[in-house]
Formats: sequence, structure tokens, C-alpha cells
Amino acid sequence: MPEHKTKHPQKIILTDASGCEGCPAHNAANLLKLGVDMKDWDYVVALAGNPNTGKSTVFNALTGLRQHTGNWPGKTVTRAEGGFEYGDARYKIVDLPGTYSLLATSLDEQVARNFILFGQPDVTVVVVDASRLERNLNLALQVMEITDRVVICLNLIDEAKRHGLTVDERRLARDLGVPVVPTSARYNQGLDALVEAIHEVATGKVRPKPRKVETHSKILKSAVEKIQAQILQLYPDLPNSRWVALRLLDGDEDIIRSLRNGELGQLVQLEDAAADPHQILVKEGA
Amino acid sequence: MMNENYQQDVDQILRNAQELRAQVGVDFHEKLVEAVYTDASYLADRAVVRPEQAPRFDLDRTIDRIVTDKRWGFVLMILLFALVLWITIEGANVPSQMIASVLLDTVHPWLKGLAAAINMPWWLDGLLIDGMYLATAWVVSVMLPPMAIFFPLFTLLEDFGYLPRVSFNLDALFRKSGAHGKQALSMMMGFGCNAAGVVATRIIDSPRERLIAIITNNFALCNGRWPTQILIATVFIGGLVPAHLAGMISAATVVGVALLGVGFTFLVSWFLSRTVLRGEVSTFSLELPPYRPPRFWQTLYTSLIDRTIYVLWRAVVFALPAGAVIWLVSNITISGTSIAEYVINFVEPFGLLLGLNGVILLAYIVAIPANEIVIPTILMLTVLVTGVGGGEGAGVMFDLDSISDTYALFQAGGWTLLTAVNLMLFSLVHNPCSTTIYTIYKETGSVKWTTFAALLPVGMGFALTFVVAQVWRLVAAV
Repeated sequence: MPEHKTKHPQKIILTDASGCEGCPAHNAANLLKLGVDMKDWDYVVALAGNPNTGKSTVFNALTGLRQHTGNWPGKTVTRAEGGFEYGDARYKIVDLPGTYSLLATSLDEQVARNFILFGQPDVTVVVVDASRLERNLNLALQVMEITDRVVICLNLIDEAKRHGLTVDERRLARDLGVPVVPTSARYNQGLDALVEAIHEVATGKVRPKPRKVETHSKILKSAVEKIQAQILQLYPDLPNSRWVALRLLDGDEDIIRSLRNGELGQLVQLEDAAADPHQILVKEGA
Repeated sequence: MMNENYQQDVDQILRNAQELRAQVGVDFHEKLVEAVYTDASYLADRAVVRPEQAPRFDLDRTIDRIVTDKRWGFVLMILLFALVLWITIEGANVPSQMIASVLLDTVHPWLKGLAAAINMPWWLDGLLIDGMYLATAWVVSVMLPPMAIFFPLFTLLEDFGYLPRVSFNLDALFRKSGAHGKQALSMMMGFGCNAAGVVATRIIDSPRERLIAIITNNFALCNGRWPTQILIATVFIGGLVPAHLAGMISAATVVGVALLGVGFTFLVSWFLSRTVLRGEVSTFSLELPPYRPPRFWQTLYTSLIDRTIYVLWRAVVFALPAGAVIWLVSNITISGTSIAEYVINFVEPFGLLLGLNGVILLAYIVAIPANEIVIPTILMLTVLVTGVGGGEGAGVMFDLDSISDTYALFQAGGWTLLTAVNLMLFSLVHNPCSTTIYTIYKETGSVKWTTFAALLPVGMGFALTFVVAQVWRLVAAV
């Protein structure tokens, strides 16, 4: 498997590869925990989610940090950053404040949304609480409006089981059009698969086609289409023109401002660079 | 490049958007949100496989009914709090003495011997070993054991999911005070460290309510002040009752002081929201997270590393220079009297007026960087002033083997029960430490509010101790 050969072979614990050489999850042994030492990195991963879904626990498990994670909403007030290495790529991971929505009615929501919109992460992982799926999907759907590169981390499956619930993650993944990985971060379960899914989306091996929320009202639909068309005239390559149209219709001050000062237009160029992962790999490999 | 054409296009789009919004109707935002909710509900329904039967007994809900009960919730809260403190006080005694005997009885003479062997000048030996080392050793032996017990216990409660219930219980009271319900959470953080509590107020969105939370966070008895409260309560209040009750009564006293702090939080919030920080109370929804069995060893590890060692390190960093300062002011003399004695004599009348004394006031000036060193400073200065201490020299901490030794020293310093009570009150109500003041400045970005937050509590502290002293003396005279 030349593809997953690491640049730091001395740090890898080699295990007997026979038997499960082919299975991708096994490669998670290559996961090199970098802590916060992030001088250069290949991909940026944003971590979003409702408060108290174990987002910080997932963050710690991925980065090998041991920040205290408390059992109360709003624990993460500041944005934490860390990193990990998987395969031949280095990932910078950013823990966003926990929010219920991205409508930017509070500072937390604003921070989270602006990072996903303007930070242009290569992958946005939405951590959802499996035992409170409906409420958690609200945020996931909103994130999926902004970016296509989404992975759902279906966390706290242990707790859901305790309440007698099971989630059909395959059906959910089909419905949402993005990878869904069941995890129990507190017990270190499913994280290998999560990293694998992040890797696949980041490298472009998997290209998610997220479901967009249906606007049932006809008048709303035509309004969105009209504005969207006008935006596309201005920026033909804007990746989330429909979402921008919705925000403009909603009178979102932030988005209006970023359209006025041209900040929104810069997203187009960034998206172009990120769309071709090979470019980055070639640069890194040289 | 942004040219005029671009701006015209943008303006056109925005005008269109405004018109279309009007067409869709006033409930545009609601329609959007509703669409998302409908979709989420549809998807969740398809993906979740529900059990055939609902579980007969929901443990979480049963616990919630008890801990958020209107009356019993409060009782339980206070009892739990008292239990944590009682375990801390009882459990910390033995390890404290063990550490003290190693650091003070074994390492200190050894260091002195070493200094003598290399012919270190007396003043350097005094400054380094008697000043800096002893102050630090004292802080470590007094603070490490209670913190190593208190923080993990507190963290276990936090991990279990109890803190949001406390917030839920206190919400109504905060709202009545004109403050935000989430202030309960930043207050809980403040019980660990006020600087951390001030940072935690970021969860409050309204600037007005956030300022109230920042200004009143100081009334949450922080970790640096717990040792003061615990020691004074043990020596003076615990000493009033039979030995087997001493631990419990001391714990109850400290809980009482902490609750008084909570009371001040409400009072000052109420006052601020009706005077300088008037405004509407914003509503919020607080999610009660499910109870999760804490992962015991991991919690122990993270709370030791994140909190105990961190706070201890901070205390040590401040104790080293403070030890030097104490030794210097005690040993630099002007016409036979040390600087410390000059200052103490100067502030003594004011101190006595407040039911305190000059030593305590000087200790609070020296301890502005960190509350942790108040007690060692008071002890050292009392030794200096009274001359008790077996000829160890000025500004030198000596080993206090027992509570009765400490009591004897305080008595020699002219302390009464009133001094003890007012010290506990002043420790609760005085200016925040310099770290917290700096944090307040960073969070508010305002010199005005930072000054206000620093001066308000110290003014209140003076007023409170003054009133208590006058009433006490009046009652004692009758």
C-alpha cells in the first residue's frame, strides 16, 4: 500500500499486516498523533456540533490532547486547534464552539459559521448525538447547505443504546448524501473509521453530494432561484450560491457585508485551489 | 477589484432580495427554520429504530425530578457541596502534615546545612532559603492536598452532569436579580478560579448580562481562598466545639461563607441591573445533558493535570517572589525597625477599626498577585511582630505541627474570634487577584469596568467588616 506510506516510519508501531492488510480501518494504526504541533499541514478539518455531543472528546481523541471535557453545554468557549497525521497527509483540526444552528444569532454561531464559510475547511465533521438525532440534524443540514465536504460523526451510540435506540447509519448516510460514521468517542470506538472517512473526503476519493433542504413554499422557491441566478452572474463559481441567496433573503447582515466588500468573492478562488487535492499532494511530496 | 459596476450589481441584488422578502411575508425566517426542522424530523424518523416498548423506568428523569425539585433541589445542592468540602477538610489533614514534615523538617535543615557548607552569605541564605523556599514549601504543603481532593471531586460532579442542574435550580434567582441564567455556570467555574470564571462568561451573549457576570464572579470563593477559609474555620470555629464535631462544623462554616458569596452575587447583580447596567433579561434554553457515568481514572488524571497542578504551579510562581518580598520587608530595617513593622503599625488602627489588624492588611497588599499566599504571609508577619517562633529569625516561616500551635500563634498576635470571622469575610469580599483583574481587562477591553470590578468588592469588604466589627463590639459590651 504505497499510498499510506508515512513520512515518519520510525514513529510507527508496525503490526502484523497479514489478514487485514486490505481493510482501510486497519490503516488507522498509521494515525500519528501530533498534538498541537502544527507547523505545516495538508488539510484543515473543522469540528462542528450541538453543545454537549462529545465534540471536545472527539477532538481530544483525534489529536491526543487531554483537555478536560465537561458534561455541560457551552464548555468550549474558545476555539481549540490541534492536529493529526494519517496516511501521508497532515490534518489540522479546529474545534468550533457548540451551536444549535448556524443562523448567527449569537457570537458562538457566528464564529462557527464564519469558520465554515470563510475558513473553507477541507472537511467539516458534524458531531451529532445519536440519542437526539432530530435536533442534531438541524445543524447538520445547515452545515450541508454551506459546504459539500461534510462527514457526520454519529457520536454517543453507547448512550443511544442505553436508551434502547439504534440508528440505521447506512440509511442516514444515503438520505443525507454524506458519509456517516457511528462512534463512541468516550470509549475510543469508531474513531479509526472516522479518520478514514475524513481522509477520503479530504483527498477527494469520496465526493459527498449532500441533500439540500426542500423549500416547500413555491413563492420562497422562486425567490431563492431568482437571487441565486443573480449571484451566479456575479460569481459563476461560488460553491454555495443557494445558501447565500437564502441568507440575503433573510437579511443576514454578515453576508450582506461580505458581499458588499467582496469577501464573498474570494471564496471562489479558495474553493478552486482546494478542489484539486493532487496539487497539494504534489507540492507536499516535492 | 471592487469597481462601481460591482457595487451597483450588489445593490441591485440586495434591493431584489428585500422586495422578494416582502413578497414571501413577514414569517420568512420562520418558514426557513421550519423547513429545516421538518426535514430533520423526517430524516431522523427514517433512521432511528425505536424500541418496541418504552423503557419502564427512566433513571435520568427520576434523578432530575429529585435534584431539580423546587425545595429539595436546594437542600441537596447544599448537602452535596458540604459533603465535598467535608471530605476535603478531613482528607487533607494527614497528607498536609506529611508533606510539611518532609519539606520543612527534612529538606529545610538540609538546605541550611548546604548553604553553611558553601559559606553562603547570611542575607542570600535568608532570602533564598528562609524567604523563597519556605514560603513555597508552605504553599505546597497547605494547598496541594486539599486541591488534589477538591478538584477531582468537583470534576466528577461536573462530568456526571450535575452542574447544569445547579444552573437550572439557580436560574430563577438569577433572573430575579436581573442577570442571565447562564451566570450560574460561570459562577461554578469561579469556585475553581475566578480568572477561569471570567473567561467562561463568554457563554453569555448579552454584553450587559456578561458584565454583571464578570463583575460578580469575584464573589465565587475561588481556589486560592479555600485554604484560608478552611484553615481559619478549622483553627477558630472548629476549636469552639468538641473534637469529634470539629471537622463537620468547620466544613459547615466554609459552606456558609461560600453561600454568603452566592448571596452577594445575587445582591450585587440585582443592584447593578437596577442602576448602572439596566436592561432586559434575555431568555435562553438550557439543555439538561444526560447523566453520564464519569470515567473515574481519566477524570482523576485530567483534573490533577489541568487544574490541581496548574493552579499549584501558579501559586508557586507567585509564592517565590512573595517569599522574597516578605523576607526583605522583615529584614531591611530603618533605625532598628523593619519596613514591615512600619507598615503594619501604620495600618494597624485602620485594621482594628475593621475588626482585622495591620498584619492582615499588609498580607492582603503583598498577596494581590495571588490569594494563595495570604495565610503564609499572615503567619510570617505575625511571627515577626510577636517574636514568637524559637529564634528562627525575622520573616522566617516555622513549622506549625498542630492546630493548637497555630492557635497559640494567632492568640499571641492578639487575634480574637472577631478577627477570624472578619478575615473569613474579607477573604470572601475583597479585590480580585491581579490575574483576574488582568483577565477582566482582556475580556471587557475597558479600563473603566476593570477598575469598577476591582474596587467595588474591596469597598464592600471594608464596609462589611466595619459593620460586623461595630455590631460585634456593641453586643460584646452589653
